[in-house]
Amino acid sequence: MAATTAPTRAPAPAPVTRSPGVVRAWRIMTLVAVLAIAAVMLLPLVWMVATSFKPEADIVKFPPSLLPDQVTLQHYLDVWDRIPFARLYVNTIIFAGGVTLISLLLDSMCAYALARLAFPGRNLVFVAILVMLMLPFQVTLIPLYDLLVGLGWTNSLQGLIIPRATNAFGIFFLRQFLLSLPRDLEEAARIDGASEFRIYRTIIMPLAAPALLTLGLFHFMYNWNDLLWPLIVNQDQARQTLPAGLALFMGQHVVEYGILMAASVLALIPVVLFFLVIQRRFVEGIATTGIRG
Amino acid sequence: MSTATQVPAPPTAPPPPRRPGRARGRLARRQALAAWGFMLPSLVVLAIFVVYPMTQALYLSFTEYNVIQAARWVGLANYEKLLSDPAFRNALVNTLYYAAVTTPVSVGLALGLALLLNRRLPLRGFLRTSVFLPVVLSLAIVAIAWSFLLDPNIGLLSYWLSKVGIVSEQGWLRDPNLAMPAVMLVGIWKNVGFYMVMYLAGLQSIPRELHEAASIDGAGAWRRFRRITWPLLANQTMLITILAAIATLQAFDQIFVMTRGGPFFQTETVVMMIYRVGFQEFAFGYASAISWVLVLLIFGLSMGQLAYFRKRTVTY
Repeated sequence: MAATTAPTRAPAPAPVTRSPGVVRAWRIMTLVAVLAIAAVMLLPLVWMVATSFKPEADIVKFPPSLLPDQVTLQHYLDVWDRIPFARLYVNTIIFAGGVTLISLLLDSMCAYALARLAFPGRNLVFVAILVMLMLPFQVTLIPLYDLLVGLGWTNSLQGLIIPRATNAFGIFFLRQFLLSLPRDLEEAARIDGASEFRIYRTIIMPLAAPALLTLGLFHFMYNWNDLLWPLIVNQDQARQTLPAGLALFMGQHVVEYGILMAASVLALIPVVLFFLVIQRRFVEGIATTGIRG
Repeated sequence: MSTATQVPAPPTAPPPPRRPGRARGRLARRQALAAWGFMLPSLVVLAIFVVYPMTQALYLSFTEYNVIQAARWVGLANYEKLLSDPAFRNALVNTLYYAAVTTPVSVGLALGLALLLNRRLPLRGFLRTSVFLPVVLSLAIVAIAWSFLLDPNIGLLSYWLSKVGIVSEQGWLRDPNLAMPAVMLVGIWKNVGFYMVMYLAGLQSIPRELHEAASIDGAGAWRRFRRITWPLLANQTMLITILAAIATLQAFDQIFVMTRGGPFFQTETVVMMIYRVGFQEFAFGYASAISWVLVLLIFGLSMGQLAYFRKRTVTY
């Protein structure tokens, strides 16, 4: 009765005896329900894409319509001049990508020690990490800002990246995974005199690749999407990441609908592509941890 | 016999290698040294950028501080101010209201969608992707699209709703009565897929034979749900509710984008207030005191979550 071997899909119990008419009506009803739910969920995204291709006159006409009468690429051309869009994009790639790579390295090293090595004080370190996991990060914002001001790191990429160079959730997640690997894996290497770093790099990390990939996705998505942290670290709009930069631009230029929608579409594309390609791993990661990135 | 497939139970630590005599001591010492070496980079970063700010936040909450002048000790003055500050009371009430509505609605919808998606269904993969897609997107950015959808001049949704009698002259986001429902709607839309996926994992761990046996005994769909599915999902529901509540207490992104806490502070949540008081008014001491209230709220829920992980098994 182990949970892990449960069937992947539990089919509806076969209906007893129903006339073909009832079955067909039921099938049509479920199809309508499915389409209606999907339409509600996708409406803002369809609206975003459709509006980004509408000429200005089409956007403001009354009554509004979902699909464009005419299609224009003008907003996709203007966005690069009206917003420092290329800068925002590059900042976001460096921030999200940098945090992901550095954090995977540091998280995995710390998790390796906690999961595979015996040393006094291990439980204490682990409990401290659990406590950090439970405290909301918002409480650290003000002193962190103060610290960054002191270091001269506001409006800088290192100010954005280094405070996130490791993360209690990442350490916890990888520790749990590494504990599940069989113990005798590295014992032989250890007896042969291999260094711990060699065991970490050549034996444990290759086996941890799936967990690292899942965690990397979480880190990347979380930082790519984050609003509050970049908003606080950077006052200079040219140094912002996409979510903060676009939110601020919207605050100043409320009526630039077309440009904002084109910028939004471009900003969402990388995460959507990532997600569609590796949807299964993503969903499994959530189902097994219950924690979003 | 456990069912839930969450985080693997905190497993027991590996036993220290058993080796005779002096070699054992030397090996243990070498391993301890290596362990601290591995942890050093993480511990340094965590100490500087998590632990120090945490304690500093506690200290600042007893001071008056605005970055320019040195912090001045004021004792409990900030906390006393909290108790009588109508702005804080407003933010706390808004946060609890937001949490009290969006948590049960999100969890209920997530369960409904999971039950639907657990059946044989036309376009099942498409539906699952549509419901889950908002989870991975930047809330700040999709909130821009939502703002335009609800705009009184160009908004399609605002227009459709006016057709069915829900009219807002000044626009949803500028209407004191409709702004909060609008940001709640966006919050639910964003997160429902996340909880749905967790419910699906729970549903798939329920052995099929239970439902088959009940069907044969003549139990209808509702009865099977009430007597089999719901009790066996109790743990899942508990966990999802706690996670959802923790997330809703931290609501910020869509509110910042759509209303900036307005109109008339109707959508100012605790995190919005920390941002306004801290980073717009630079009252760092007072903002720190507010942030500790948030810590207390969330820490309480997290302890509940921990207790859940401790005894999360159900046998059947």
